[in-house]
Amino acid sequence: MERKVVIPGEVIIEGEDYLPGEHTEKRNGQIISIRYGLAEEQNNLIKVIPLSGVYSPRRGNVVIGKVENINSNGWFVDIGSADSAFLSINEVPRYVNKDAMEEVFKIEDILIAKIWSIGKRGIDLSIKLRGLGKIDEGIIFKVNPHKVPRIIGKEGSMIKIIKDETGCDINIGQNGLILIKGPTIDSELYAKNAINFVAEKSFVNGLTEELTKWLKENKK
Amino acid sequence: MTTTEPTSERIKKYLLEGKRFDKRGLFDFREIKIEKNVSKKAEGSVRVKIGKTEVIVGIKLDVAAPYPDSPDKGNLMVSADMLPLSSPRFELGPPKFESIELGRVTDRGIRESGFIDFEKLCIKKGEKVWTVFVDIYSINDDGNLMDAAAMGAIAALRLARIPKYDEETGKVIYGEYENESLPLKEDSPVSISIHKIGNSFVVDPTREEEDLSECRVTLTTYEGAISSMQKSESEALTIDEIKKIFDISEETSKKILKEIEKKIK
Repeated sequence: MERKVVIPGEVIIEGEDYLPGEHTEKRNGQIISIRYGLAEEQNNLIKVIPLSGVYSPRRGNVVIGKVENINSNGWFVDIGSADSAFLSINEVPRYVNKDAMEEVFKIEDILIAKIWSIGKRGIDLSIKLRGLGKIDEGIIFKVNPHKVPRIIGKEGSMIKIIKDETGCDINIGQNGLILIKGPTIDSELYAKNAINFVAEKSFVNGLTEELTKWLKENKK
Repeated sequence: MTTTEPTSERIKKYLLEGKRFDKRGLFDFREIKIEKNVSKKAEGSVRVKIGKTEVIVGIKLDVAAPYPDSPDKGNLMVSADMLPLSSPRFELGPPKFESIELGRVTDRGIRESGFIDFEKLCIKKGEKVWTVFVDIYSINDDGNLMDAAAMGAIAALRLARIPKYDEETGKVIYGEYENESLPLKEDSPVSISIHKIGNSFVVDPTREEEDLSECRVTLTTYEGAISSMQKSESEALTIDEIKKIFDISEETSKKILKEIEKKIK
Protein backbone atom coordinates (compact mmCIF):
# COMPACT_ATOMS: atom_id res chain seq x y z
CA MET A 1 0.00 0.00 0.00
CA GLU A 2 1.21 3.46 -0.83
CA ARG A 3 1.35 6.22 1.74
CA LYS A 4 -1.70 8.51 1.55
CA VAL A 5 -3.44 11.35 3.36
CA VAL A 6 -6.57 10.24 5.20
CA ILE A 7 -9.28 12.02 7.17
CA PRO A 8 -11.22 10.70 10.20
CA GLY A 9 -13.72 8.06 9.15
CA GLU A 10 -12.00 7.28 5.87
CA VAL A 11 -11.55 3.61 4.99
CA ILE A 12 -7.84 3.04 4.58
CA ILE A 13 -7.95 -0.55 3.39
CA GLU A 14 -10.32 -3.48 3.34
CA GLY A 15 -9.68 -7.12 4.08
CA GLU A 16 -8.80 -9.43 6.91
CA ASP A 17 -5.08 -9.45 6.06
CA TYR A 18 -4.43 -6.22 7.89
CA LEU A 19 -4.20 -5.21 11.53
CA PRO A 20 -5.20 -1.82 12.94
CA GLY A 21 -2.30 0.15 14.43
CA GLU A 22 -2.00 3.58 16.01
CA HIS A 23 -4.88 6.00 15.40
CA THR A 24 -6.90 3.45 13.45
CA GLU A 25 -9.85 1.19 14.22
CA LYS A 26 -11.20 -2.02 12.71
CA ARG A 27 -14.89 -1.98 11.84
CA ASN A 28 -16.67 -4.66 9.78
CA GLY A 29 -13.47 -5.83 8.22
CA GLN A 30 -12.42 -2.34 7.24
CA ILE A 31 -9.56 -0.36 8.69
CA ILE A 32 -10.71 3.16 9.43
CA SER A 33 -8.65 6.20 10.32
CA ILE A 34 -9.62 8.13 13.45
CA ARG A 35 -7.22 11.02 12.84
CA TYR A 36 -6.28 13.32 10.00
CA GLY A 37 -2.87 12.21 8.82
CA LEU A 38 -0.72 9.95 6.70
CA ALA A 39 -1.68 6.28 6.49
CA GLU A 40 1.18 3.79 6.34
CA GLU A 41 1.56 0.04 6.14
CA GLN A 42 4.30 -1.96 7.80
CA ASN A 43 4.18 -5.78 7.90
CA ASN A 44 0.39 -5.75 7.42
CA LEU A 45 0.01 -3.29 10.29
CA ILE A 46 -1.78 -0.09 9.28
CA LYS A 47 -1.04 3.07 11.20
CA VAL A 48 -1.76 6.77 10.81
CA ILE A 49 0.75 9.50 11.53
CA PRO A 50 -1.39 12.47 12.57
CA LEU A 51 -0.76 15.82 10.85
CA SER A 52 -2.63 18.02 13.32
CA GLY A 53 -3.59 18.24 16.96
CA VAL A 54 -1.81 18.98 20.23
CA TYR A 55 1.26 17.28 21.61
CA SER A 56 0.62 14.03 23.47
CA PRO A 57 3.59 13.36 25.77
CA ARG A 58 5.38 10.01 25.88
CA ARG A 59 7.94 8.59 28.27
CA GLY A 60 11.48 9.25 27.10
CA ASN A 61 10.62 12.28 24.96
CA VAL A 62 13.06 15.16 24.99
CA VAL A 63 11.07 18.41 25.20
CA ILE A 64 11.69 22.14 25.40
CA GLY A 65 9.62 24.09 27.91
CA LYS A 66 9.23 27.32 29.80
CA VAL A 67 9.28 27.63 33.60
CA GLU A 68 5.84 28.77 34.71
CA ASN A 69 5.94 28.50 38.47
CA ILE A 70 8.20 27.50 41.35
CA ASN A 71 7.47 25.75 44.62
CA SER A 72 9.80 24.43 47.32
CA ASN A 73 10.20 21.05 45.59
CA GLY A 74 10.83 22.10 42.05
CA TRP A 75 9.65 23.91 38.96
CA PHE A 76 6.44 23.75 36.91
CA VAL A 77 7.23 23.72 33.23
CA ASP A 78 4.93 24.48 30.31
CA ILE A 79 5.68 21.98 27.56
CA GLY A 80 2.54 22.58 25.51
CA SER A 81 0.71 19.45 26.65
CA ALA A 82 -2.64 19.21 28.41
CA ASP A 83 -1.01 18.14 31.69
CA SER A 84 1.52 20.34 33.40
CA ALA A 85 5.05 19.06 33.74
CA PHE A 86 7.10 19.16 36.92
CA LEU A 87 10.87 19.20 37.34
CA SER A 88 11.78 18.06 40.85
CA ILE A 89 14.97 19.28 42.55
CA ASN A 90 15.97 15.60 42.85
CA GLU A 91 16.23 15.47 39.10
CA VAL A 92 18.67 18.37 38.91
CA PRO A 93 22.29 17.16 38.89
CA ARG A 94 23.62 19.84 41.23
CA TYR A 95 23.08 21.20 44.72
CA VAL A 96 19.93 23.30 44.97
CA ASN A 97 19.49 25.78 47.77
CA LYS A 98 15.80 25.67 48.61
CA ASP A 99 15.85 29.32 49.64
CA ALA A 100 17.22 30.42 46.29
CA MET A 101 15.46 28.31 43.71
CA GLU A 102 15.57 31.21 41.22
CA GLU A 103 19.33 30.86 40.98
CA VAL A 104 18.88 27.57 39.18
CA PHE A 105 15.78 28.30 37.08
CA LYS A 106 13.63 31.38 37.31
CA ILE A 107 10.19 31.97 35.84
CA GLU A 108 10.31 32.47 32.04
CA ASP A 109 13.54 30.47 31.75
CA ILE A 110 13.66 28.02 28.88
CA LEU A 111 14.97 24.54 29.45
CA ILE A 112 15.43 21.31 27.60
CA ALA A 113 14.43 18.21 29.58
CA LYS A 114 13.46 14.58 29.27
CA ILE A 115 10.16 13.06 30.33
CA TRP A 116 11.06 10.25 32.71
CA SER A 117 7.59 9.33 33.89
CA ILE A 118 3.96 10.05 33.21
CA GLY A 119 1.71 9.39 36.14
CA LYS A 120 -1.71 10.32 37.43
CA ARG A 121 -0.36 13.48 39.01
CA GLY A 122 1.16 14.72 35.82
CA ILE A 123 4.40 14.59 33.91
CA ASP A 124 7.79 14.38 35.61
CA LEU A 125 10.84 15.84 33.91
CA SER A 126 14.54 15.21 34.42
CA ILE A 127 17.67 17.03 33.36
CA LYS A 128 20.09 14.41 34.64
CA LEU A 129 21.46 13.57 31.19
CA ARG A 130 24.09 15.26 29.04
CA GLY A 131 22.82 18.08 26.86
CA LEU A 132 19.81 18.83 29.04
CA GLY A 133 19.33 21.95 31.13
CA LYS A 134 18.85 25.66 30.73
CA ILE A 135 18.93 27.30 27.29
CA ASP A 136 20.86 30.56 27.30
CA GLU A 137 20.90 31.55 23.67
CA GLY A 138 19.60 30.68 20.25
CA ILE A 139 16.41 30.99 18.28
CA ILE A 140 13.43 29.07 19.61
CA PHE A 141 10.33 28.56 17.51
CA LYS A 142 7.36 26.25 17.33
CA VAL A 143 6.27 23.81 14.67
CA ASN A 144 3.39 21.37 14.66
CA PRO A 145 4.52 18.58 17.04
CA HIS A 146 3.19 15.92 14.66
CA LYS A 147 5.66 17.06 12.01
CA VAL A 148 8.66 16.49 14.28
CA PRO A 149 9.30 12.89 13.08
CA ARG A 150 9.35 14.14 9.50
CA ILE A 151 11.76 16.95 10.35
CA ILE A 152 14.11 14.51 12.03
CA GLY A 153 13.77 11.99 9.20
CA LYS A 154 14.73 8.32 9.18
CA GLU A 155 17.47 7.91 11.79
CA GLY A 156 18.01 11.64 11.78
CA SER A 157 18.76 11.88 8.05
CA MET A 158 16.70 15.00 7.33
CA ILE A 159 17.99 17.04 10.24
CA LYS A 160 21.56 15.95 9.48
CA ILE A 161 21.31 17.50 6.01
CA ILE A 162 20.15 20.79 7.53
CA LYS A 163 22.80 20.69 10.27
CA ASP A 164 25.61 20.00 7.80
CA GLU A 165 24.43 22.63 5.33
CA THR A 166 23.87 25.46 7.81
CA GLY A 167 26.56 24.65 10.37
CA CYS A 168 24.04 25.13 13.17
CA ASP A 169 23.44 23.10 16.26
CA ILE A 170 19.78 22.06 16.29
CA ASN A 171 17.84 20.64 19.23
CA ILE A 172 14.37 19.38 18.50
CA GLY A 173 11.87 18.96 21.30
CA GLN A 174 9.22 16.32 20.65
CA ASN A 175 6.63 18.91 21.69
CA GLY A 176 7.36 20.95 18.58
CA LEU A 177 9.70 23.54 20.02
CA ILE A 178 12.99 23.77 18.20
CA LEU A 179 16.21 25.42 19.33
CA ILE A 180 18.78 26.56 16.80
CA LYS A 181 22.21 27.76 17.79
CA GLY A 182 24.63 28.80 15.11
CA PRO A 183 27.68 30.93 14.38
CA THR A 184 25.64 33.84 12.96
CA ILE A 185 22.00 34.93 13.11
CA ASP A 186 21.82 34.59 9.33
CA SER A 187 22.79 30.93 9.48
CA GLU A 188 20.27 30.34 12.25
CA LEU A 189 17.50 31.86 10.14
CA TYR A 190 18.62 29.79 7.16
CA ALA A 191 18.20 26.66 9.31
CA LYS A 192 14.85 27.88 10.66
CA ASN A 193 13.48 28.47 7.17
CA ALA A 194 14.75 25.06 6.05
CA ILE A 195 12.91 23.40 8.94
CA ASN A 196 9.74 25.34 8.18
CA PHE A 197 10.07 24.23 4.56
CA VAL A 198 10.20 20.58 5.65
CA ALA A 199 7.26 21.07 8.06
CA GLU A 200 5.16 22.65 5.31
CA LYS A 201 5.92 19.93 2.77
CA SER A 202 5.81 17.04 5.25
CA PHE A 203 3.39 15.01 3.13
CA VAL A 204 5.42 15.20 -0.10
CA ASN A 205 7.16 12.09 -1.37
CA GLY A 206 10.88 12.44 -2.03
CA LEU A 207 11.23 15.33 0.37
CA THR A 208 14.97 14.80 0.85
CA GLU A 209 15.67 15.74 -2.78
CA GLU A 210 13.33 18.73 -2.55
CA LEU A 211 15.10 19.91 0.57
CA THR A 212 18.54 19.65 -1.03
CA LYS A 213 17.20 21.66 -3.97
CA TRP A 214 15.69 24.28 -1.64
CA LEU A 215 18.92 24.57 0.34
CA LYS A 216 20.89 25.16 -2.86
CA GLU A 217 18.44 27.79 -4.12
CA ASN A 218 18.30 29.72 -0.87
CA LYS A 219 21.97 29.64 -0.05
CA LYS A 220 23.60 33.01 0.04
CA MET B 1 3.67 30.84 24.05
CA THR B 2 5.19 34.30 24.21
CA THR B 3 8.50 34.96 22.55
CA THR B 4 11.25 33.38 24.61
CA GLU B 5 14.08 35.37 26.11
CA PRO B 6 16.92 33.90 24.01
CA THR B 7 14.93 34.54 20.82
CA SER B 8 14.16 38.10 21.95
CA GLU B 9 17.84 38.85 22.28
CA ARG B 10 18.45 37.53 18.78
CA ILE B 11 15.64 39.68 17.34
CA LYS B 12 16.95 42.83 19.05
CA LYS B 13 20.50 42.17 17.91
CA TYR B 14 19.32 41.59 14.35
CA LEU B 15 17.23 44.78 14.41
CA LEU B 16 20.28 46.80 15.37
CA GLU B 17 21.86 45.58 12.13
CA GLY B 18 18.75 46.90 10.39
CA LYS B 19 17.45 43.44 9.55
CA ARG B 20 14.35 41.47 10.45
CA PHE B 21 13.71 37.74 10.71
CA ASP B 22 11.47 37.71 7.63
CA LYS B 23 13.94 39.70 5.49
CA ARG B 24 11.81 42.85 5.47
CA GLY B 25 13.17 46.34 5.99
CA LEU B 26 12.36 48.01 9.32
CA PHE B 27 9.66 50.19 7.75
CA ASP B 28 8.20 47.68 5.31
CA PHE B 29 4.78 46.13 5.61
CA ARG B 30 4.08 42.52 4.85
CA GLU B 31 1.96 41.73 1.81
CA ILE B 32 -1.47 43.35 2.07
CA LYS B 33 -4.51 41.60 0.64
CA ILE B 34 -8.00 43.07 0.63
CA GLU B 35 -10.98 40.93 -0.28
CA LYS B 36 -14.16 42.91 -0.93
CA ASN B 37 -17.77 42.18 0.10
CA VAL B 38 -17.22 39.02 2.11
CA SER B 39 -20.55 39.30 3.92
CA LYS B 40 -23.89 39.32 2.11
CA LYS B 41 -25.91 40.92 4.88
CA ALA B 42 -23.57 43.77 5.68
CA GLU B 43 -23.83 47.09 3.89
CA GLY B 44 -20.13 46.84 3.18
CA SER B 45 -17.47 44.38 4.29
CA VAL B 46 -13.87 43.42 3.69
CA ARG B 47 -11.38 40.80 4.71
CA VAL B 48 -7.93 42.31 5.22
CA LYS B 49 -4.79 40.21 5.39
CA ILE B 50 -1.40 41.58 6.36
CA GLY B 51 0.89 38.59 6.07
CA LYS B 52 -0.78 36.00 8.31
CA THR B 53 -2.78 38.57 10.28
CA GLU B 54 -6.39 38.58 9.22
CA VAL B 55 -9.43 40.67 10.16
CA ILE B 56 -12.98 40.96 8.87
CA VAL B 57 -14.69 44.34 9.05
CA GLY B 58 -18.38 44.83 8.41
CA ILE B 59 -20.50 47.98 8.18
CA LYS B 60 -24.13 48.04 9.24
CA LEU B 61 -26.44 51.05 9.05
CA ASP B 62 -29.50 51.84 11.09
CA VAL B 63 -31.71 54.83 11.78
CA ALA B 64 -31.67 56.11 15.35
CA ALA B 65 -32.01 59.25 17.39
CA PRO B 66 -28.95 61.55 17.40
CA TYR B 67 -26.96 62.36 20.50
CA PRO B 68 -28.20 65.55 22.25
CA ASP B 69 -24.88 67.36 21.67
CA SER B 70 -24.93 66.72 17.92
CA PRO B 71 -28.60 66.84 16.82
CA ASP B 72 -27.76 67.25 13.13
CA LYS B 73 -25.02 64.67 12.89
CA GLY B 74 -25.01 60.95 12.27
CA ASN B 75 -23.60 58.52 14.81
CA LEU B 76 -20.56 56.29 14.54
CA MET B 77 -20.02 53.19 16.63
CA VAL B 78 -16.89 51.11 16.31
CA SER B 79 -16.54 47.85 18.18
CA ALA B 80 -13.78 45.29 18.00
CA ASP B 81 -13.89 41.64 18.99
CA MET B 82 -10.76 39.62 19.43
CA LEU B 83 -12.10 36.16 18.75
CA PRO B 84 -10.57 33.17 20.59
CA LEU B 85 -10.11 31.40 17.25
CA SER B 86 -7.58 34.00 16.18
CA SER B 87 -5.06 33.39 18.94
CA PRO B 88 -4.63 31.15 21.99
CA ARG B 89 -4.20 34.35 24.00
CA PHE B 90 -7.74 35.61 23.48
CA GLU B 91 -10.56 34.28 25.57
CA LEU B 92 -14.32 34.59 25.59
CA GLY B 93 -15.96 36.88 28.05
CA PRO B 94 -16.24 40.60 28.63
CA PRO B 95 -13.98 42.64 26.32
CA LYS B 96 -10.42 43.01 27.55
CA PHE B 97 -8.27 46.12 27.50
CA GLU B 98 -6.71 45.24 24.13
CA SER B 99 -9.96 44.80 22.27
CA ILE B 100 -11.48 47.98 23.73
CA GLU B 101 -8.33 49.87 22.73
CA LEU B 102 -8.47 48.40 19.23
CA GLY B 103 -12.02 49.65 18.76
CA ARG B 104 -11.37 53.02 20.33
CA VAL B 105 -8.26 53.83 18.36
CA THR B 106 -9.95 52.85 15.10
CA ASP B 107 -12.98 54.95 16.06
CA ARG B 108 -10.84 57.97 16.82
CA GLY B 109 -8.91 57.56 13.59
CA ILE B 110 -12.09 57.74 11.54
CA ARG B 111 -13.88 60.37 13.62
CA GLU B 112 -11.10 62.89 14.11
CA SER B 113 -9.95 62.84 10.50
CA GLY B 114 -13.37 64.01 9.34
CA PHE B 115 -13.41 61.18 6.82
CA ILE B 116 -17.18 60.77 7.17
CA ASP B 117 -19.34 63.85 6.64
CA PHE B 118 -21.68 63.24 9.57
CA GLU B 119 -23.94 66.17 8.75
CA LYS B 120 -25.00 64.48 5.54
CA LEU B 121 -26.13 61.46 7.55
CA CYS B 122 -28.88 63.50 9.20
CA ILE B 123 -32.42 62.63 8.10
CA LYS B 124 -34.39 64.92 10.38
CA LYS B 125 -32.62 67.26 12.73
CA GLY B 126 -32.86 66.23 16.36
CA GLU B 127 -34.96 63.18 15.58
CA LYS B 128 -33.55 60.79 13.05
CA VAL B 129 -30.05 60.22 11.84
CA TRP B 130 -28.12 57.31 10.34
CA THR B 131 -25.94 55.33 12.73
CA VAL B 132 -22.89 53.71 11.22
CA PHE B 133 -21.79 50.52 12.96
CA VAL B 134 -18.27 49.35 12.25
CA ASP B 135 -17.63 45.83 13.54
CA ILE B 136 -14.13 44.45 13.58
CA TYR B 137 -13.44 40.75 14.05
CA SER B 138 -9.98 39.28 14.29
CA ILE B 139 -9.64 36.00 12.41
CA ASN B 140 -5.94 35.39 12.90
CA ASP B 141 -3.45 37.31 15.01
CA ASP B 142 0.11 37.43 13.78
CA GLY B 143 0.80 40.91 15.09
CA ASN B 144 -0.35 44.39 14.07
CA LEU B 145 -4.10 43.89 14.40
CA MET B 146 -4.28 47.64 15.00
CA ASP B 147 -3.30 48.67 11.47
CA ALA B 148 -5.23 45.82 9.88
CA ALA B 149 -8.39 46.91 11.70
CA ALA B 150 -8.01 50.55 10.65
CA MET B 151 -7.28 49.54 7.07
CA GLY B 152 -10.33 47.26 7.05
CA ALA B 153 -12.60 49.94 8.52
CA ILE B 154 -11.63 52.46 5.85
CA ALA B 155 -11.99 49.94 3.02
CA ALA B 156 -15.36 48.70 4.29
CA LEU B 157 -16.69 52.26 4.67
CA ARG B 158 -15.67 52.96 1.08
CA LEU B 159 -17.66 49.94 -0.12
CA ALA B 160 -20.73 50.54 2.06
CA ARG B 161 -24.01 51.66 0.54
CA ILE B 162 -26.97 53.26 2.25
CA PRO B 163 -30.08 51.05 2.29
CA LYS B 164 -33.54 52.38 1.42
CA TYR B 165 -35.39 54.15 4.20
CA ASP B 166 -39.17 54.30 4.30
CA GLU B 167 -40.03 57.64 5.87
CA GLU B 168 -43.69 56.80 6.44
CA THR B 169 -43.23 53.61 8.41
CA GLY B 170 -39.85 54.68 9.74
CA LYS B 171 -38.26 51.40 8.80
CA VAL B 172 -35.04 50.64 6.99
CA ILE B 173 -35.48 48.30 4.03
CA TYR B 174 -32.36 46.17 4.17
CA GLY B 175 -31.21 44.48 1.01
CA GLU B 176 -32.47 47.30 -1.22
CA TYR B 177 -30.10 50.11 -1.99
CA GLU B 178 -30.45 53.45 -3.64
CA ASN B 179 -26.95 53.03 -4.94
CA GLU B 180 -25.80 55.77 -2.68
CA SER B 181 -22.51 55.36 -0.90
CA LEU B 182 -21.67 56.94 2.43
CA PRO B 183 -20.76 60.65 2.41
CA LEU B 184 -16.99 60.15 2.51
CA LYS B 185 -14.13 62.46 1.68
CA GLU B 186 -11.94 61.91 -1.33
CA ASP B 187 -8.82 61.11 0.71
CA SER B 188 -8.55 58.17 3.10
CA PRO B 189 -6.99 58.35 6.55
CA VAL B 190 -4.19 55.84 7.15
CA SER B 191 -3.24 54.39 10.48
CA ILE B 192 0.34 53.35 11.13
CA SER B 193 1.60 51.85 14.39
CA ILE B 194 5.23 52.31 15.18
CA HIS B 195 6.80 50.02 17.74
CA LYS B 196 9.92 50.54 19.76
CA ILE B 197 11.89 47.33 20.21
CA GLY B 198 15.16 47.74 22.08
CA ASN B 199 16.67 50.80 20.45
CA SER B 200 15.05 50.26 17.08
CA PHE B 201 11.76 51.37 15.57
CA VAL B 202 9.72 49.08 13.35
CA VAL B 203 6.33 49.05 11.67
CA ASP B 204 4.03 46.09 11.10
CA PRO B 205 5.56 43.69 13.65
CA THR B 206 4.85 39.97 13.57
CA ARG B 207 3.52 38.34 16.74
CA GLU B 208 7.08 37.40 17.69
CA GLU B 209 8.23 41.01 17.40
CA GLU B 210 5.11 42.58 18.93
CA ASP B 211 5.77 40.61 22.13
CA LEU B 212 8.98 42.58 22.55
CA SER B 213 7.42 45.94 21.84
CA GLU B 214 8.23 48.34 24.65
CA CYS B 215 6.16 51.15 23.29
CA ARG B 216 3.63 51.58 20.52
CA VAL B 217 2.51 54.81 18.92
CA THR B 218 -0.44 54.66 16.53
CA LEU B 219 -0.72 57.66 14.26
CA THR B 220 -3.57 58.35 11.87
CA THR B 221 -2.56 60.58 9.00
CA TYR B 222 -5.13 62.37 6.92
CA GLU B 223 -4.29 64.62 3.99
CA GLY B 224 -0.69 64.70 5.11
CA ALA B 225 -1.48 65.86 8.65
CA ILE B 226 -1.72 63.85 11.85
CA SER B 227 -5.32 63.64 12.93
CA SER B 228 -5.10 61.30 15.89
CA MET B 229 -2.52 59.60 18.01
CA GLN B 230 -2.37 56.93 20.68
CA LYS B 231 0.57 55.83 22.75
CA SER B 232 0.44 52.46 24.45
CA GLU B 233 2.65 50.41 26.76
CA SER B 234 4.62 51.85 29.64
CA GLU B 235 7.97 52.82 28.11
CA ALA B 236 8.63 56.56 27.84
CA LEU B 237 9.86 58.33 24.70
CA THR B 238 12.22 61.28 24.31
CA ILE B 239 11.32 64.27 22.14
CA ASP B 240 13.83 63.18 19.51
CA GLU B 241 12.26 59.76 19.39
CA ILE B 242 8.80 61.26 18.91
CA LYS B 243 10.15 63.35 16.03
CA LYS B 244 11.62 60.24 14.49
CA ILE B 245 8.29 58.49 14.82
CA PHE B 246 6.59 61.35 12.96
CA ASP B 247 9.09 61.02 10.13
CA ILE B 248 8.59 57.27 9.89
CA SER B 249 4.83 57.68 9.93
CA GLU B 250 4.88 60.32 7.21
CA GLU B 251 6.99 58.18 4.92
CA THR B 252 5.20 54.89 5.53
CA SER B 253 1.66 56.25 5.43
CA LYS B 254 2.17 57.67 1.93
CA LYS B 255 3.33 54.29 0.68
CA ILE B 256 0.51 52.39 2.38
CA LEU B 257 -2.18 54.85 1.29
CA LYS B 258 -1.26 54.31 -2.35
CA GLU B 259 -1.33 50.56 -1.88
CA ILE B 260 -4.73 50.54 -0.15
CA GLU B 261 -6.34 52.85 -2.68
CA LYS B 262 -5.14 50.69 -5.52
CA LYS B 263 -6.66 47.65 -3.84
CA ILE B 264 -10.11 48.99 -3.06
CA LYS B 265 -10.76 50.59 -6.42
